Amino acid sequence: MNAHALHSNRETLKKLLVIAVLMFGFGYALVPFYKKICEVTGINNLLKADVAPVNSQVDLTRKVVIEFDASQGPNLPWTFKPIANSLAVHPGELTQIDYEVVNTLNVPVTGQAIPSYAPRNAAQYFKKLECFCFKQQTLAAGETKRFPVVFVIDPDLPKDVGTITLSYTFFTVAGRDKAS
Amino acid sequence: MSAVLPAHGHADDHGHGHDDHHHGPPPGLMRWVKTTNHKDIGTLYLWFSFVMFLSGGVLALTIRAELFQPGLQIVNPEFFNQLTTMHGVMMVFGAIMPAFVGFANWMIPMQIGAPDMAFARMNNWSFWLLIPAAGLLVISFFVPGGATAAGWTLYAPLSTQMGMGMDLAIFALHIMGASSIMGSINIVTTILNMRAPGMTLMKMPMFCWTWLITAYLLIAVMPVLAGAITMVLTDRHFGTSFFNAAGGGDPVMYQHIFWFFGHPEVYIMILPAFGIISHVVPAFARKPLFGYSSMVYATSSIAILSFIVWAHHMFTTGIPAAGQLFFMYATMLIAIPTGVKVFNWIATMWKGSMTFETPMLFATGFIFVFTMGGFTGLILAVTPIDIQLQDTYYVVAHFHYVLVAGSLFAMFSGVYFWLPKWTGHMYDEGLGKLHFWTSVIFFNITFFPMHFLGLAGMPRRIPDYATQFSDFNAIASVGAFGFGLSQLIFLAAVLKCIKGGAKAGDNPWEGAQGLEWTLSSPAPYHSFETPPVVK
Repeated sequence: MNAHALHSNRETLKKLLVIAVLMFGFGYALVPFYKKICEVTGINNLLKADVAPVNSQVDLTRKVVIEFDASQGPNLPWTFKPIANSLAVHPGELTQIDYEVVNTLNVPVTGQAIPSYAPRNAAQYFKKLECFCFKQQTLAAGETKRFPVVFVIDPDLPKDVGTITLSYTFFTVAGRDKAS
Repeated sequence: MSAVLPAHGHADDHGHGHDDHHHGPPPGLMRWVKTTNHKDIGTLYLWFSFVMFLSGGVLALTIRAELFQPGLQIVNPEFFNQLTTMHGVMMVFGAIMPAFVGFANWMIPMQIGAPDMAFARMNNWSFWLLIPAAGLLVISFFVPGGATAAGWTLYAPLSTQMGMGMDLAIFALHIMGASSIMGSINIVTTILNMRAPGMTLMKMPMFCWTWLITAYLLIAVMPVLAGAITMVLTDRHFGTSFFNAAGGGDPVMYQHIFWFFGHPEVYIMILPAFGIISHVVPAFARKPLFGYSSMVYATSSIAILSFIVWAHHMFTTGIPAAGQLFFMYATMLIAIPTGVKVFNWIATMWKGSMTFETPMLFATGFIFVFTMGGFTGLILAVTPIDIQLQDTYYVVAHFHYVLVAGSLFAMFSGVYFWLPKWTGHMYDEGLGKLHFWTSVIFFNITFFPMHFLGLAGMPRRIPDYATQFSDFNAIASVGAFGFGLSQLIFLAAVLKCIKGGAKAGDNPWEGAQGLEWTLSSPAPYHSFETPPVVK
């Protein structure tokens, strides 16, 4: 291969390597990009207070059973349960339910609760106005805490939904604990 | 497959001979370790991928043995999950991708009239990186917790939780990714800079075109996969929270990043197959390829569209209706360039004087069965149907129709087509035909019933099933063992052809066109040291 060909091959190699490196960066750039998309479109809005429903008329004609569920992620030695397993509420009615959390370890632990709903299409009608899941919670060694959740069911909830399950999973805030 | 290439095989170089290349390959094992010859490296790639193909096949047969009857008989569910995962990883990254790189190494320099690949030593390195990667995958079966069982897609949060088998898989993928990127850079540089004088891009053989586009796809998306699995790795060990919900991450984001790689990857595994078929069909129809330039544009459009359809793998993750519609229509759009290709092959056959030697049989089988896989893909593109069929055996049937009857059959076609050039001998036509008919029949016995299983709701990646699925599963398992054993016929045919057989002329096929057929058979160890002139 002559010197000229070698040179032009090396030039092509450099250009292609730059593309490869840029694409590696692009993979990481997708992370903030998707965060922004979720923020703008309001998808995945699990950890922020919802806007109260526009239609504030309490629908006294029906009741919806709200079931409460609580569980822990792996490696989290907390006991975590709602004070009531279920409540029957009118759509549009402001309701509060308390969850009780006990840190059974003798060191402080930080956790984050993640909510989920069943059935899935009921999620958009379940408006949490106040929730311990909006931020990370730290419990001192052996501490017991009561966390309130204040919510309202949007009266536009489809008529065929009679039961909604609100389920929380508490996770250790990984890494930060390990690192410290 | 050039293991028996005579050291003086370049004696007849059609007048392109040089005084300084009276040297063949050095003898012994070190020839293969240190080789920078594109033909040697191509051979290594092809053998490596064949070994991986058989290994991945053994995993698949274990899966089918377990699924022969309902209930748990042979393996426990944890190991079953490892089997499905490792079968996918080995077949995709170990068998199909390296096999196409093997074809590229052998054929691209000969087809464009170049003496070798642009970066011969890097070429050696890209191959030898595959060996430690495959080693890591094998070792991962024996570490505590076993091999990764998160599926070949390594979805978070499964992949952020499993044992160290997962780390080994991540490292293996990193290494294979690096190997792919180096191979691709080599291919792009070779094609762009080293074509024979007079060979403009639009005169280039279709196989080179499809590989040029594939190589660009690889350079664009393999680093994104590397990024995604690096994020998994740092989530696992270094306290980051890319996909960890508790730390503010999102497991669904893994799917978005993965499929940004994963969908182009699907075309990476099929475009070179299109290239091979575009050589075989004209050769045995004894007509030039119909619509050459439309083939080039169709390949490019498939590649471009592949970047905007990834979320069709994620219709059930709760993406908004507008997004579902966009990805549904974009996906359906791909059927148009793909249809252009299928119609062009059929138009090439039209009124041709066709004969059906083994390469043509596999090419015809490819067109027929691949098109069926394409149609089920179109059905799966429809969002409401996909939501029903997501993660059922219908999906398994679909992607095996395009990957086995698509990519793999095209490679068989290519192997039989170019074996005479590689070895200097004709393969045994009887064995070849037997291999084709057993493969195509057993393939359909295996995978056609899976459509019905999927439509009836049988989930994939589960070691047990409800009894109403028993009959079709038993049929599929019988077919799978038949298909697996048929591949030994292929091995026999190839070994027999390397050992001997009727002497192949420079161009053993009446209708084959292209620079590779101007070389002697077997192709000399060094070819086109003086570039041919293409008019």
